[in-house]
Amino acid sequence: MNTVKLLAVFSENRPGQAARVTGILARANVNIRCVTIASSGTFGVMKLLVNDPDLACHTLQHEGFAATLTEVIAVEMADKPGALHSVAECLADHDINLANTSGFVANNRAILVVEVQDSGLAGDILKEHGFHVLTQKETMAV
Amino acid sequence: MFWQQEMETLARPALESLQLERLRDTVRRLDRVPFYRAKFLESGVTPEAIKSAADIRRLPFTTAADLRENYPDKLLAVSREEVLRLHTTSGSTGKPKALFFSRRDVDTAADLIARALCMTGVTRRDVFQNMMSYGLFTGGLVMHYGAEKVGCMVIPAGPGTSERQLLLMQDFRTTVIHILPSYALYFADFLEKKGVDPRKSLALRKAFVGAEAHTEETRRNIEAALGLEVYNSYGLTEMNGPGVAFECEGKCGMHLWEDNYVLEIINPKTCEPAGDGETGELVLTSINREAMPLLRYRTRDLTALISEPCPCGRTHRRIHRITGRSDDMLIVRGVNIFPQQIERVLMAMPQIGRNYLILLEGLDEMTVKVELSPAAFDGEVGHIADLQNEVAEKLRAELWLRPKVDLVASGSLPVAEGKAKRVIDRRSL
Repeated sequence: MNTVKLLAVFSENRPGQAARVTGILARANVNIRCVTIASSGTFGVMKLLVNDPDLACHTLQHEGFAATLTEVIAVEMADKPGALHSVAECLADHDINLANTSGFVANNRAILVVEVQDSGLAGDILKEHGFHVLTQKETMAV
Repeated sequence: MFWQQEMETLARPALESLQLERLRDTVRRLDRVPFYRAKFLESGVTPEAIKSAADIRRLPFTTAADLRENYPDKLLAVSREEVLRLHTTSGSTGKPKALFFSRRDVDTAADLIARALCMTGVTRRDVFQNMMSYGLFTGGLVMHYGAEKVGCMVIPAGPGTSERQLLLMQDFRTTVIHILPSYALYFADFLEKKGVDPRKSLALRKAFVGAEAHTEETRRNIEAALGLEVYNSYGLTEMNGPGVAFECEGKCGMHLWEDNYVLEIINPKTCEPAGDGETGELVLTSINREAMPLLRYRTRDLTALISEPCPCGRTHRRIHRITGRSDDMLIVRGVNIFPQQIERVLMAMPQIGRNYLILLEGLDEMTVKVELSPAAFDGEVGHIADLQNEVAEKLRAELWLRPKVDLVASGSLPVAEGKAKRVIDRRSL
């Protein structure tokens, strides 16, 4: 399995909204590994890599939030110059576009979280070129 | 100065006698219109039965719904060939209201405007910049023709593009403008930011404002900001457009041309005449229109009658500035909007919830808050922005003005229970 689930949450772009979401997740004992917030005018979308995406999504939906799960690829890289470049170059060679992307470093391991149009295909290509594409379980264990 | 002095100062007994005669002629004319014919038969009223002013109460009311139901031309009182012009109100998914003008109607409407302009001292030496929308809205062409009658140099500028409006005013030495009160305030602000002092750089003397209810304070603000005299005007598409009632130099109430309209002020709930000087709903009967006269039209505008004679010498009575509506219609940037129009658009979009809130702020800012349906969320910021634009576009097509749209979280807006408060109006007009 190439892909990992990423939680996306819609909320209004005003003070307190992020706190509401994170409060709900905290009470559900969900651990956040990586987060991005993209805001546009009056609203924003939070994207969270969490240890239990299904639980997190259902909990937020139950509280009335517009929340959904999207598919992403988690690729491990060496934590040194040029590592991200080699991933980007590999995808570029195969005409694959990096859409929303973020990354985090934990326990000396660097993980790139990438949204692409066809995650299955992108995952296969990366694996063929020797990159370590993490499974859902492996991502949570970083 | 008078445009039609004899008529404007006609003694009350003669004026009332003329009204009665024209009212009867109008009822006779309307017998040809099936809609009214049916009403006359139903109530047993004939033109001869109208013997005094009070007898008007025996005639049926006409409502906006009647105009919509009889759209496009079931209320026409002449043949199509005799129609020279069509004007309509806004609204596209619901039916608009159509008003027809014969050649004589176009000319009469222009005369009423000419009366109003001359009344405030406008002459053929003036340069008149019409900053109201042209096209189907009456504020454009009807005012235009009236200003041309007086002999002004008329600039059909239309609204917006303040930069160009300023250029016209500077290059052609505009002295008189016709403008929305909200736009007048915006324009004053625009001039200030540009460092242009209207009193020094421009030749503006007078502004005629209308199409939006506004306070006496707003009038004074516009006068102070632009350095000119502001005169209030009242009109509605169904009665020609602008020119139904206008302020004279006294600026204390608007003279309503009683040789063209029979006015009544009623209690909107009981439909009985309001007391002397009491605020009520203005009901108008057009007694000098050929193509499409209307009987006892319910304007839904609230005002009061001033019976005291005016020092200017005109015998046509005055009404106070409009203080509100007896229905839930809103006027934003001069455009009539019903909350139901917004509801209709939203209900046809599954990605949006049914609850909405209309927020009116500043002078004319309109924001419609709608809820995002959770099922429609796919995680993409771009798609939400697209959805917001789609809603704004659909609303613009329906309302003829583009509100700001805020997508909010599902369940965060007050739920509609019975007569929900859908509109928060914080405007300072």
